[in-house]
Amino acid sequence: MPTGVPIEFAGLTKRFGPVAAVSDLSFTVEPGRVTGFLGPNGAGKTTSLRMLLGLVAPTSGSATIGGTRYRDLASPLTTVGAALEAASFHPGRSARDHLRVYAQAGRIDPQRVDIALGIVGLSEYANRRVGGYSLGMRQRLGLAGALLGDPGVLVLDEPINGLDPEGIKWIRGFLRTLAAEGRTVLVSSHLLSEVQQSVDEVVIIARGTLVHRGPLSSLEIEGAATKVIVDSPNREALAAALTAASASFEIARAGILVSGLEPAEIGHIAFVAGVEVSSLHRQKSGLEDSFLALVGEGGSL
Amino acid sequence: MNLFFPALKAEFTKLLTTKIWWILAIILFLYVAGVSGGLGALFGFLSRSAETDASQAPPTDVLAPMLYGSVSTFGYVFPVLLGALAITSEYRHQMLTPTFLATPKRGVVLAAKSVALLVFGALYGVIGVIASVGAGAGALALFGLDAQLGDSDTWALMGRAVLALALWAVIGVGLGALIPNQVAAIVVTLAFTQFVEPTLRAIVSFAEWAAAVGKFLPGAASDALLGAPSFFTMGMTGETLEWWQGGLLLAALALVLSVLGYFVSWKRDVT
Repeated sequence: MPTGVPIEFAGLTKRFGPVAAVSDLSFTVEPGRVTGFLGPNGAGKTTSLRMLLGLVAPTSGSATIGGTRYRDLASPLTTVGAALEAASFHPGRSARDHLRVYAQAGRIDPQRVDIALGIVGLSEYANRRVGGYSLGMRQRLGLAGALLGDPGVLVLDEPINGLDPEGIKWIRGFLRTLAAEGRTVLVSSHLLSEVQQSVDEVVIIARGTLVHRGPLSSLEIEGAATKVIVDSPNREALAAALTAASASFEIARAGILVSGLEPAEIGHIAFVAGVEVSSLHRQKSGLEDSFLALVGEGGSL
Repeated sequence: MNLFFPALKAEFTKLLTTKIWWILAIILFLYVAGVSGGLGALFGFLSRSAETDASQAPPTDVLAPMLYGSVSTFGYVFPVLLGALAITSEYRHQMLTPTFLATPKRGVVLAAKSVALLVFGALYGVIGVIASVGAGAGALALFGLDAQLGDSDTWALMGRAVLALALWAVIGVGLGALIPNQVAAIVVTLAFTQFVEPTLRAIVSFAEWAAAVGKFLPGAASDALLGAPSFFTMGMTGETLEWWQGGLLLAALALVLSVLGYFVSWKRDVT
């Protein structure tokens, strides 16, 4: 079983003319965990990953895998597996031939081609031309390419894009398995909700700079105070009762959004006022809220 | 070197797992066979026909090499296209990402591609020679003219035709690296080989001063490498390079285009 090595970003900076796509990015990704690399579209995630993989030259700083730059790795594909975009295929080539090309270039046992196709569930489509693949199948083929060399480090850029619900469920479990095997797993996404079930650590960037890093739970602590959603068949009466109890609230589409009170307290207020309650629960998006607060809602493209 | 041979193997697989190489090979065969056989029949007919002034047809002793040389004069566009497509499809289908992930040393990839195309160009040369010699000799035999197949010069010409087309495929790689846009690369290749160069070579045969320059045109250098009398001079002894000079000129062209392409597009960021 290949074991992971840390990925280290040190002062990584990329300028496109006067625009800084990534500025002074420094963090370490540890093995044995799934690390979510999060940020809105245009935050510099893909550029950072491409610099890590030697596809884009950094303006300054460095990104290394186990202390070595990607282009200096003795055997890149068996050290790092990367899936960067869903379209890097010649449409006229079959999935098997596509993987065969890169297995040859990377000196990988040709038997790994069918193994990788089996892992991602593409075995029965292996001889079909990639031009006829759906977006979800292309994502799976990209992932098969990353797994070709059975690497200890996986770098996946938006791997969940375009997957169907079954595929999303599968990849979440798969990422956990890879990390449990001791591999280093770095997964980028612009949606926290997409990866929050599978990541242990989060690294959040916005406008090319690091804004937060730590375990997933660290987002809850920093998060905004949670709100409670309450609704009634008679919303006016409920609003009046809440006003009488001097609770702070706002009327939303799904019901009344109360802040500063626990669900039990709100239930009591309604009970005392004799108002029927049709729903009463804590708003679930605490993590998402703190994520949006960190990246700045205006920063989303 | 431990990256080069795996990369070379991968480049061969890339070429063999898409259709374009054999589609172009078939067109090359039909086109060259058509030109060589057709012109062979036409000139054969003219030289046999009593009413025709014999000067309209080229002298019969240069007719055979001239027909056999059509593999270069008319066929060289096909290995150029194959080479250009091999490299521009990497850009077009965003395959540079997986390619450079497997082989991070980019110069190694470009070298591997050039060598793979050199081999495929040589294969095209063999196919083209079979077409030009097969059809041309057949047409000459039909009119009772000497096909010169026993002549060692003819066999040297065939060997050098294979070398010429091999070099042209590498020139295609350099051209593709220099012009990564696939459509633009195809248009430039076709416009230059089918219009610009033939026009220039036709003009050259009318002006003394131009002939001195014209022999350095790549198509002229290719014909010179073969040592075949060109259709453009109709067998007359125009100014041409020595065969080895022609070969060196093509090799230099391939090298210059590849080096320029490396710096212009190949080593850029892949985004």
